[in-house]
Amino acid sequence: MSHDYNVVGKRVTKVDGVKLVTGRPAFTDDIAVPGMLYGKILPSPHAHARIKRIDTSKARALPGVHAVLTYKDVPRVPHTTAGQAWPEPSPYDTYLLDSKVRFVGDRVAAVAAETRAQAEEALRLIEVEYEVLPLVLDMEHAMDAGAPMIHDEPDSTGIFDAQHNLAAYIHQEIGNVEQGFREADMIFEREYRTPRQQHCSIEPHVTITWLDSDNRLVIRSSTQVPYHARRQVAMILQIPVQRVHVIKPRIGGGFGGKQEMLLEDICGALTLATRRPVKIEFTREEEFYMSRSRHPQILRIKMGVMHDGTIVANHLKVLATTGAYGSHSSTVQGSTGSKVLPLYRTAHMKFECHVVYTNTPVAGAFRGYGCPQGFFAQESLVDEIAHELGMDPLEFRQRNFIQLGDIDDLAAQLGEGKKGLPRTIRSCGLPECVERGAAAADWERKRKAPQDVSSHIRRGIGVACSMQGSGIAGIDWASALLKMNEDGSFNLQVGASDLGTGSDTVLAQIAAETLGVSLDKFIVYSADTDFTPFDVGAYASSTTIISGGAVKKAAENVREQILRVASRMLETPVENLTCRDNQVVTKCECQKSVSMTDLALHAMYKEKTQIIGHASHFNTDSPPPFCVQFAEVEVDTETGRIRVPHLVTAVDLGVAINPMQAEGQAEGAVLQSLGYALAEEMQLDERGRMINAGFADYKIFTSKDMPKLTTILVETEEPLGPYGAKAIAEIPINAPAPAVANAIFHAIGVRFRKLPIRPEEVLRALREKEKHEEETSDEPAGVGAAIPRATPRH
Amino acid sequence: MKTTLLRVKVVINSEAKEWTIAPGDLLLDVLRREGYFGVKRGCETGECGACTVLVNGRAINSCLLFAAQADGCDLLTIEGVAKDDTLDPIQEIFLDHGAVQCGYCTPGMILSTKALLARNSDPTEAEVCDALAGNYCRCTGFRKPIEAVLAAAAARRANGGKKSPRAAKVKSR
Repeated sequence: MSHDYNVVGKRVTKVDGVKLVTGRPAFTDDIAVPGMLYGKILPSPHAHARIKRIDTSKARALPGVHAVLTYKDVPRVPHTTAGQAWPEPSPYDTYLLDSKVRFVGDRVAAVAAETRAQAEEALRLIEVEYEVLPLVLDMEHAMDAGAPMIHDEPDSTGIFDAQHNLAAYIHQEIGNVEQGFREADMIFEREYRTPRQQHCSIEPHVTITWLDSDNRLVIRSSTQVPYHARRQVAMILQIPVQRVHVIKPRIGGGFGGKQEMLLEDICGALTLATRRPVKIEFTREEEFYMSRSRHPQILRIKMGVMHDGTIVANHLKVLATTGAYGSHSSTVQGSTGSKVLPLYRTAHMKFECHVVYTNTPVAGAFRGYGCPQGFFAQESLVDEIAHELGMDPLEFRQRNFIQLGDIDDLAAQLGEGKKGLPRTIRSCGLPECVERGAAAADWERKRKAPQDVSSHIRRGIGVACSMQGSGIAGIDWASALLKMNEDGSFNLQVGASDLGTGSDTVLAQIAAETLGVSLDKFIVYSADTDFTPFDVGAYASSTTIISGGAVKKAAENVREQILRVASRMLETPVENLTCRDNQVVTKCECQKSVSMTDLALHAMYKEKTQIIGHASHFNTDSPPPFCVQFAEVEVDTETGRIRVPHLVTAVDLGVAINPMQAEGQAEGAVLQSLGYALAEEMQLDERGRMINAGFADYKIFTSKDMPKLTTILVETEEPLGPYGAKAIAEIPINAPAPAVANAIFHAIGVRFRKLPIRPEEVLRALREKEKHEEETSDEPAGVGAAIPRATPRH
Repeated sequence: MKTTLLRVKVVINSEAKEWTIAPGDLLLDVLRREGYFGVKRGCETGECGACTVLVNGRAINSCLLFAAQADGCDLLTIEGVAKDDTLDPIQEIFLDHGAVQCGYCTPGMILSTKALLARNSDPTEAEVCDALAGNYCRCTGFRKPIEAVLAAAAARRANGGKKSPRAAKVKSR
């Protein structure tokens, strides 16, 4: 983009960077609160049980213990922990503490004690007699006749069909897919499976609560959603919202895991019970099985295509499990349809989805929000179809891509828990992403490069494409407050919750650009429900476009006020003035100017006026960013090990407000997706206990595992975004996994339809393929799911 | 049961300190209790490296060391890396390269980098990856941290091991 911006589009360093590199106390737990108690939660050892008897007397008698809470001691208020805008589209099926437990790790009781050791000892002294109930762990059996009913309580609301463990059900159709399949030359149908992945923020969830001198409940928490947490805690603890003050300090990563009111309620309850400050901090093990994860899905996708490669019908059926509670159940899965299918134009699209309860750890929001699952299926299937048709997989995609000016009606059908709004494509860099990404990946040459048959290493290259949204249309909104100080500096106060993404920096850049002021003049504060105005929080790739929109409006308002003061000081009309280089200057040749510092001092002490502005912002459309990703793989046919030497991301994010930070977002998303593709899976035993709840057994990618990364920012001008920006946070997490799977097929001719693809599965598949090839023709083998053959129609 | 308390003497960030500890106290817990909040808790099982400190120049997971074992040792935490308001060149370069996102793993990464550059002034990319392998990061994808470490090494060589001119700049925010 050839813009003449001074701050926007620049690779400036983080406004909060110095305190982070110097290790200054900035995170939730980096304070010493006098008199603070340690809170611990007793996790259920059973996946499904009723508490017949619970005796806390021994625990209460332990020296140092100040409170032990069970369901008998707290209000029973059905709610969701999903940090979503009110009214939340997730079912109200969760209780602060309950007499029934629904997964291993569910809350049984909570204690607060003087030391961590005493709190842990107190947990051991709580005597619980359980009536162990039949359990259902397998989502494919959750709706079976006779399956145990997980939510049999009468007071939960918003569950689609509790009797059949159905948290949510979605059914939407554009056109008529049956007609589309009748018209198609060929029909392809496949099944894909995706695992339960954990966010693995390096900072586990942590909350500290206390009562301030006004007897208000202060909650200092690692949250992406301070305002939602405030509202939800007030409701659950039955105190007025006015009595709750949520502070979000620096956050050590969230990725959606902290878009959840997870510890704030129980920690607050312990503070109310003891009138003491209380901290609850998950251990890494607890973080794995007691927090949230990505929804596992089984996706059956059916596409009708013409011989020339035109897609004429696309039908996606999803079975997903939300675990024991329905946090984000309808909305994550809704996105699997609404943000995935429209990537390819077809007149006929259908999305059907069952989201079932199982006695497993709870799923929730996770970067990508349903799209990594959907794109793994769709991008694998289009690769299979292109192969069958003998077409280049990129060419096949390009023939069908959504285009500038298109209106996506599926978005209108599938809103956030209700009807949504149609989506118009006002910016689309897909063609440029393909072109520049393919060049950087050396696609043409590597796609045709012959294998070195003397080596046990097979090489391949694959591609996958994706889209996402930029905020939730008609729902996400944000506000910003901008105040000028007497030295010409500004307080920028936003409810937007920087969780390590760099949004404080991006928002300050937007304000700085609008005001003609340098970035160092901003004191950015986020987020605090007493001191920063409302923002839904950091999720749905909304902060740059929605919160940034609010900041831009607030800055425009402040700019007008500044120009009015300057007009009086310089005795020239406002129309003759502009802001730049930390001053207000005349446009005419007289070249008069006043510095922001002098202007601020004048406004405050001569005019006795506070220059201050605020604004709110929302969009009725969610402009999609687009992404094309290329993965190279090396498959060791002797060990089954897969190495990814190079991964190219070409992403259309609108205008990059901070290209350096945008690249960082893409690169981090790739790391998480490669883990999803090749290693990460929460594994449960037959009783629903997680057996790899630690970094020794749950492998995440480290510096030694990462490929060379090439990140190309393809900038387009989005009319709905501040300075043309769209979004970057989520989209690059969607396509690396299918690109890797497609590259593996290119390398060894084996199609993996289930993630993660581990060495043992590669070896097994290679052996089967050899056997198959000895027995029959040259048909490529597949593993991971039933593989119906392509059905020719004519 | 009454626990016998111990006294340990350390030099931490060039300051002599004496701490009273219990025999089972982990170095991580003692450091945070003493106000060194830059030492982060990430897993407490020696995998993630968020609690990395330098013990006699070696990068160690402080969650795996009893505080008693640090008796007589020279410790460096992230709080001792910058000199007053002047950043260490490694810190400066981490910022300039966008190697910091949430910043939770950053203290550990910077300390691992310091230890690496003290023993190897010209590391290869593979050696940098080895040195950072014990510092888990879920935000950056490691590309920018690796580039930052290589750049820090180059800057150090160019300055003969002295501070880079850029680092002389005082940052107050």
